[in-house]
Amino acid sequence: MDGADTDKATKQTVRKQGSPPNLASKQTPPIYTPEHLSQLDYQRDLGDPGEFPYTRGVYPDMYRGKLWTMRQFSGYGSAKETNHRCKFLLEQGQTGLSIAFDLPTLMGIDSDDPLSEGEVGNCGVAVDSLEDMEILFEGIRLDQVTTSMTVNAPAAILLAMYVAVADKQGVDRAKIRGTAQNDILKEFIAQKEWIYPPQPSMRLVVDSIEFCTKHLPAYNSISISGYHIREAGSTALQELAFTLRDGIEYVEACLRAGMAVDDFAPRLSFFFDSHNNFFEEIAKFRAARRLWAHIMRDRFGAKKEQSRMCRFHTHTSGYSLTAQQPANNVVRTTLQALAAVLGGTNSLHTSSRDEALALPTEEAARIALRTQQILAHESGVPDMADPLGGSYFVETLTSQLEEGAWGYFDKIDAMGGMIQAIEKGFPQKEIQEASYRHQKAVESKEEIVVGVNKCVSDDTLPIKTLHISPALREHQVQRLQTLRAQRNHQAVKQTLSELKGAAQSDQNLMPFLIHCVKEYATLGEICYTLKEIFGAYQEPSF
Amino acid sequence: MPGQKIRVLIAKPGLDGHDRGAKVVARALRDSGMEVIYSGLRQTPEQIVQAALQEDVDAVGLSILSGAHMTLFSRVVGLLKENQAEDILVFGGGIIPDDDIPKLKEIGVDRIFQPNAHTSDIIDFLKETLHEENH
Repeated sequence: MDGADTDKATKQTVRKQGSPPNLASKQTPPIYTPEHLSQLDYQRDLGDPGEFPYTRGVYPDMYRGKLWTMRQFSGYGSAKETNHRCKFLLEQGQTGLSIAFDLPTLMGIDSDDPLSEGEVGNCGVAVDSLEDMEILFEGIRLDQVTTSMTVNAPAAILLAMYVAVADKQGVDRAKIRGTAQNDILKEFIAQKEWIYPPQPSMRLVVDSIEFCTKHLPAYNSISISGYHIREAGSTALQELAFTLRDGIEYVEACLRAGMAVDDFAPRLSFFFDSHNNFFEEIAKFRAARRLWAHIMRDRFGAKKEQSRMCRFHTHTSGYSLTAQQPANNVVRTTLQALAAVLGGTNSLHTSSRDEALALPTEEAARIALRTQQILAHESGVPDMADPLGGSYFVETLTSQLEEGAWGYFDKIDAMGGMIQAIEKGFPQKEIQEASYRHQKAVESKEEIVVGVNKCVSDDTLPIKTLHISPALREHQVQRLQTLRAQRNHQAVKQTLSELKGAAQSDQNLMPFLIHCVKEYATLGEICYTLKEIFGAYQEPSF
Repeated sequence: MPGQKIRVLIAKPGLDGHDRGAKVVARALRDSGMEVIYSGLRQTPEQIVQAALQEDVDAVGLSILSGAHMTLFSRVVGLLKENQAEDILVFGGGIIPDDDIPKLKEIGVDRIFQPNAHTSDIIDFLKETLHEENH
């Protein structure tokens, strides 16, 4: 078997399915055969589930032992409303919480800042101070749930608030479980909700990883995310490569800060998109585990098994959902969820059918959760670990994606690392190109989107969408102003000034942040204090 | 407008950083021969209107995915009026629910493009509308 020919041939198939043109070539094999796997070595490249390099999954029995965590991303309006939605989801059988914050919170500004106008409570819950966080988790014991907090630039501050709530509930810090997204690199690359320049931003990440390693041993200190990279328009390969290369950057930063790899690496977690191309997505998840195992063992000398395991959350693609014929989105999400489960995800969010139009209604959110429950309890899919392992096609795709990712790592290493690559605009430009190509392909019908450029119909019924009342900001601002009037001014001033001092030194900032939030310093005040030392990031134009 | 290139400002008001759509639209308009200025992220309505006036654009395209469109689009339209620049065409896109579209039209947004709109629709809309206005 000629390896090069196989390569060319299989790559063409990938492109025909709407995948990265950089995998394109001229021949298409009609089928895949054992010859395509002639280079594959079972022990070296796959291993049993639970064994290095974990291509087939991180646990020996996968979902027979424990189903994936069903973790629906939610959060809107006030802390009280989100508390209600969280309790509703827990009652419906959801096993972990996932909190969305509104944009002012994500950008580290308070609800009464003029820039917050129109944004308060819109795409997540508004958190200005510890008081909001206390309301958010009222009646929910933090040793009874795992909570994923989707927040990046001010992640360390939200984590400080979460720890403060646990302290107040009398929960042992060692029992706090969950994840803060805390992945600033993909913000510079894709989602673009940054505050500080890359270097001080990395310091906040490293400080929080170090704090978690020492004090929150059961907490995932970071969720290194490809989801946003993909949703910004990247290909599956770019998502895989940039995400794992971001992972390498974080590991290197922690090593430079003096941490030992096996102390912190077991708690690094990942987060991927599940998009439309079914087999390519499954292959991407499998390739991610194989790549990370090799990176951690060979590049960083990690000894612990857990350090070498790529554990990840998956979110079905929001971008793939259409505003046209929105009921069809349930079907898209089902296929994407199935791909994630066949790919061995550890936790899953399924999108709601109305997300191309607005925030999901309770009914739409319930159908999305039910989709996972049907998959878990009726389909039989979770009974077997990595059921596609050994498939000529899936194994070939897995190897191709892996190879493509190594190619990107080499390029980014040659630039001096991910921060340098970001400063050059490399990943940003790659994503922009891919996203523009995709748009053109849809418009020329080279790629089909049912209900959009084929099978179009006007007979869809309008679906109810959720609106956030503009009065919400007024309430939030009123509460915030009452808080500002009632708290201990001297203590707020004092803790903020100590934080500023610490920011100028190389001390870990987490204990200082916890002091600030416990005195009800607001998120905006804390972020502003740090901005005085760290400066603000301005994106160069590419 | 014979012989004259259409000038468009593509702007991102509000706090969201989702610039995929804005950038794709900016590039498609540019590829179709228009002159396009992209504002960059997180511009206030005041900054957007100031840029529109300074750059003497024919149209302003607003992209927002955070749900703040009712507040921010109406501020942009209002500020254009205050500056006697209501002849500038205003269009928008993002995650905008159906129910909001008539309300946005009422306050003076000329056209909303929802997710999955084609860039060719946006180009046609600009060419047709601006062409008619000039004849």
